[in-house]
Amino acid sequence: MKEIIVLAEHRRGELRDVTWEMLSKSRQLAESIGLEIGVALLGKGVGQIAEALKPKAHRVYLIEDERLEFYNSETYEKVLTQLITERKPLLTLVGHTAMGMDFAPGLAAHLKMPLATDCIGIDAAGEAFSLTRQLYGGKVNARVSFLKKGPYMVTVRSGAFPVIEKEALPGELVKLPSPLTDEGLAKRFLQYVEAAVGEVDITQADILVSIGRGIKEAENIPMVKEFADAIGGTLSCSRPVVDKKWLPKDRQVGTSGKTVKPKVYIAIGISGAFQHVAGMKGAGTVIAINKDPKAPIFSAATYGIVADLFKIVPVLKDKVKELKKS
Amino acid sequence: MNIIVCIKRVPETADADVSIGKSGKDIDKSGLAFDLNEWDSYAIEEAILLKEKLGGTVTVLSIGGEDSNESLRKCLAMGAEDAIRLTDPAFEGSDGFVTAKILAEAIRKIPYDLILTGTQAEDDGYGQVGVVLAALLGIPHAALVNRLEVQDKKIKVHRELEGGLEEVFEIDLPAVLTIQTGINEPRYVSIMGIRKVAKKEINTFGASDLNLKAEDVGPSGSDIQLEKIFLPPAGEGAEMLEGKPEEIALKVFDILKDKGGLV
Repeated sequence: MKEIIVLAEHRRGELRDVTWEMLSKSRQLAESIGLEIGVALLGKGVGQIAEALKPKAHRVYLIEDERLEFYNSETYEKVLTQLITERKPLLTLVGHTAMGMDFAPGLAAHLKMPLATDCIGIDAAGEAFSLTRQLYGGKVNARVSFLKKGPYMVTVRSGAFPVIEKEALPGELVKLPSPLTDEGLAKRFLQYVEAAVGEVDITQADILVSIGRGIKEAENIPMVKEFADAIGGTLSCSRPVVDKKWLPKDRQVGTSGKTVKPKVYIAIGISGAFQHVAGMKGAGTVIAINKDPKAPIFSAATYGIVADLFKIVPVLKDKVKELKKS
Repeated sequence: MNIIVCIKRVPETADADVSIGKSGKDIDKSGLAFDLNEWDSYAIEEAILLKEKLGGTVTVLSIGGEDSNESLRKCLAMGAEDAIRLTDPAFEGSDGFVTAKILAEAIRKIPYDLILTGTQAEDDGYGQVGVVLAALLGIPHAALVNRLEVQDKKIKVHRELEGGLEEVFEIDLPAVLTIQTGINEPRYVSIMGIRKVAKKEINTFGASDLNLKAEDVGPSGSDIQLEKIFLPPAGEGAEMLEGKPEEIALKVFDILKDKGGLV
């Protein structure tokens, strides 16, 4: 029976959530069109991870090699080329993550496989697939189809598919020989560099007041800081503010920054790109202030205020100060 | 060090009220401002910083109609030496794979040590063109680069991972790097600066100049096609706080007291 092969993404001994999300989506696709699920696990000393994956797949393809201790697009491409060429899966799923974005497009190009990236929806009709992606930073969705015949590759956005528990699958462990040799690589892993530790730990704050692109200029930040101080909140931000060097990286909420779970999260001038929402969706209550009533942040908020932040924030600050006194 | 930078002109939609165009396959772009793709502005800045440090030239490449000259000229004003525009009616409707194919054919004609692209484009967000380009040219690559350092015939790059972690690779040159936002601070381009390069010639190449057949590009060469676009389904959505600013402030205060433990 034809397969869907899911690449197990792991780093420093831990499977990343997108792996479970892809396996869950695969289960649904496999059941609807009659496919089996294979999961590809590449690494060194990853036997325990293989055990954890077994109930989610018909087969766990385990390729162990000391050269696979750290991810490298070159080694991953060699190993996956061999696996995909031998197994001929109808569909290969890879996370649209820092890892997947680095190797999947090259792998698909070399294998001449049609690729659709950053998908948030996958629907199957026979052996054809219809994908949903987002355009213009999530402002619109697009329905996309393949123009060529499979096998296909799809990269999947983190958090796009829920993890649904189902009865265990057979999970046969298939150990495959590594095709890697000592032949030199043009790309060599050197080390990891940890995130710098800042003066403030935003993950510990009860109230976060977060600013985004809408703040427009660095000179406007003190106004929001005053409001944050008035309510005992900590200042955080979305990516554009860090890119412009207006606040340090340790204040960034989102996929490439921190994941926060404050009691109250106030998003000011943040449009709500999925990378940002992924970092704050665990907040107890979310208040979003944005002048665009269609801003995606309102879908992630408990309360919304459609307003010009430069008009509303000073009023909020003054009113809170006044009410705290009385 | 000769550097090629691939760029794209895109509509600015971050602060815009976006609606679906008549074709149902794209947004209504009338009334939208256009600019250099944000990721590409960091890529061109990085190329110019390297040139200023190490010497050499920076060549910018873009696929598109005459409108794209605006973004190419912006890059010239920032400090690039040459700009090339790849244009052909047959290129329209190309997906990410074909975009990389067109760029690769043009790049084969130019000497280079390093190729930079943005990690992704603000409009279609494929995030694949740079990596496919490397595959087609048969050279190494790294995606999501947020720091780099050229060493002799090699380059040391930091790749941005999730949660603030980075991984460091050493890569042989020539190579393709896809650049992440925040790697530098793109320089400001004044209107005077743009005027200075207004007369500079921008060479154009079409499909036949690049030995590309019409069936290899556009929809016929593409892997994927866009069927239609639609507004994302609204989630459960927020309870909207309305009224005068003072009334809204009062409601926010109550929420902070109730949910945030404000005392």
